[in-house]
Amino acid sequence: MPETQQKHGEIIISVENLEHSYKDFKAVDGISFSVKKGEIFSFLGPNGAGKSTAINILITLLAKQKGTASVAGFDVTRDPQKVRESIGIVFQDITLDRDMTVWEILEFHGRLYNMPFEQRRKRIEELLNLVELAAKRDERTKHLSGGMKRRLEIARGLMTRPKVLFLDEPTIGLDPQTRLRMWEYIKGVNSEGTTIFLTTHYMDEADQLSDRISIIDHGRIVISGKPWELKNTLGRDLIYLETNNNEAAVRFLKDLPSIRNMKVKSKGFVLMVNEDGSKVLPLIIDTLRNAGIEISTINLKKPSMDDVFVFYTGREIRDEGHAKTSFRRAGGR
Amino acid sequence: MPYGFTTIYWRDMIRFVRFKTLLVSSLLQPALWLAFFGIAMSSSFDKLITGLPVVPGVHMIGYLTFMGAGIIAMTTLFTSLFGGIVILFDKNWGLMREILASPMNRNHIIFGIGLSGVTKSFIQAIIIMVFGILIGAAFFSGFTAVQTVVGVFGILAFVGMFALGFLFLSAAIAISMESPEGLQGVITLLTMPIFFASNALYPIDSFPAFLKILSVYNPMTLLITGIRYFAIGPDFIALGKHYQYTQSDILMAYFGLVVFATLTFGLAYWRFRKAVVT
Ligand SMILES: Nc1ncnc2c1ncn2[C@@H]1O[C@H](COP(=O)(O)OP(=O)(O)OP(=O)(O)O)[C@@H](O)[C@H]1O
Ligand SMILES: [Mg+2]
Repeated sequence: MPETQQKHGEIIISVENLEHSYKDFKAVDGISFSVKKGEIFSFLGPNGAGKSTAINILITLLAKQKGTASVAGFDVTRDPQKVRESIGIVFQDITLDRDMTVWEILEFHGRLYNMPFEQRRKRIEELLNLVELAAKRDERTKHLSGGMKRRLEIARGLMTRPKVLFLDEPTIGLDPQTRLRMWEYIKGVNSEGTTIFLTTHYMDEADQLSDRISIIDHGRIVISGKPWELKNTLGRDLIYLETNNNEAAVRFLKDLPSIRNMKVKSKGFVLMVNEDGSKVLPLIIDTLRNAGIEISTINLKKPSMDDVFVFYTGREIRDEGHAKTSFRRAGGR
Repeated sequence: MPYGFTTIYWRDMIRFVRFKTLLVSSLLQPALWLAFFGIAMSSSFDKLITGLPVVPGVHMIGYLTFMGAGIIAMTTLFTSLFGGIVILFDKNWGLMREILASPMNRNHIIFGIGLSGVTKSFIQAIIIMVFGILIGAAFFSGFTAVQTVVGVFGILAFVGMFALGFLFLSAAIAISMESPEGLQGVITLLTMPIFFASNALYPIDSFPAFLKILSVYNPMTLLITGIRYFAIGPDFIALGKHYQYTQSDILMAYFGLVVFATLTFGLAYWRFRKAVVT
């Protein structure tokens, strides 16, 4: 296969109709997706969406129950050994032996994967420098800060130069500055050719890092695409309005030509418009004024990943459970 | 990957020497057992048997020497049965995931844990032998230098095989359990009958028939038979009973331990295949 073809479009993770149940609870409910070689691909979803369950099947820790899944060209059920040799993993929660030193953690990992002595020692030095832990090499991991632990885990995941690196919520619990640094590492690693499969429930993380995103909720993929494609599905601009009679306002506005969708919030409502929002605003204001409705707040913005998420899952990721945001598609005819 | 188990072994040894209190207590405990239990028991038992008939030409040994072999066996039993607990900790702290998601063959995990447990048992057995001799146990008495060396290696061979058997069993239980408390419960339940239905503290001849059969096939009895053969000799009197072992007795005992270790390895192999650790 020619080199160029490998770079553009060779599929390295392929999943079809994957299902997984814990007793009679379906945690993963028939998902299908594929990841191309060299991509950063993200699962974006709230707690309990089934992200880790899906990852555990792909990394061969959980036996596949239904569907097909292959990683790096190997079927996870038929060829688990080959899959294991091809991947690196950073687990969701810290999995470092508290009483081993930074160096020992990496050495142990290299030996687990049967790396030759010379290569192991060389790689450890490279990685300690990459994640800026060279000064901590003889420190026991229990004495590292949260960010250092995470960096060490990323270094460990990279020890074997895996074809695919799985990162399950890599920046959870890190401060904003450390998160930014982590993103830089991840991008750097990716630019050297490692395909990255990432899960996160941070919108900005998915948005900033990913080539493509699948939004996952209740064990299903609700939509997939490039970040800008997902945002574009909400239209060009979002206009948020609060009035003295929201219900009536919605009725009057929903048939305006450039409005593709609307969504009612607790105090106001959001219009998704197909055109430049600033051009549509005068029309909206006129329409409402003619109907005798008073506007108290107007806000115009570009759709963000948060908006995409709320649109497709029907809830905000942070305040799930309460603050039900009702949602309906307007127009549509 | 023929040497994968050395990786597991290396890590377990790091932990062994790093937890200082655990290290010291595991080394001190067998010596203390021998010191307090051994000395107390032997002074009363030796008084009881002073009137018993003596067989001319046969080596008569004190109770301390007799039960010293039992203490080695008991220590090995405890250490080995608890040896698998590291697997449970690894499992509960999420560390096992790294290992199970790696290409490392599952058998090597079992073997690595087994090997590190054997190492610990060797250290303990040697401590007991040395300490025992210091406080008056007649181990290797009347042996030539060569016989002593053979004796030490013979004992270690028995201790090693026995330790493997129980380490595999322990690993099999640990990988199947959820909590250390549960494991502790199972182990406590196991140690009592294994220890007392053996020839560790007294001859099994006087046991009721049912218990006697159990005792004869008890791996603990097989181990102790081996230790006594190599530490005391093939022919001796203890607690008024005349012990005589032939080489084939000893070979059979060792074979019994090999069979036991093979069975428990099979059990561990099966449990590791089934293990789901996420
Ligand atoms: N071992 C298990 N036994 C029973 N139910 C489980 C188990 N593991 C996960 N679940 C359930 O499956 C669902 C999906 O869990 P999963 O860990 O895959 O979610 P997630 O998307 O990774 O969430 P988070 O963002 O919180 O990590 C949850 O409802 C969870 O309670
Ligand atoms: Mg998760």
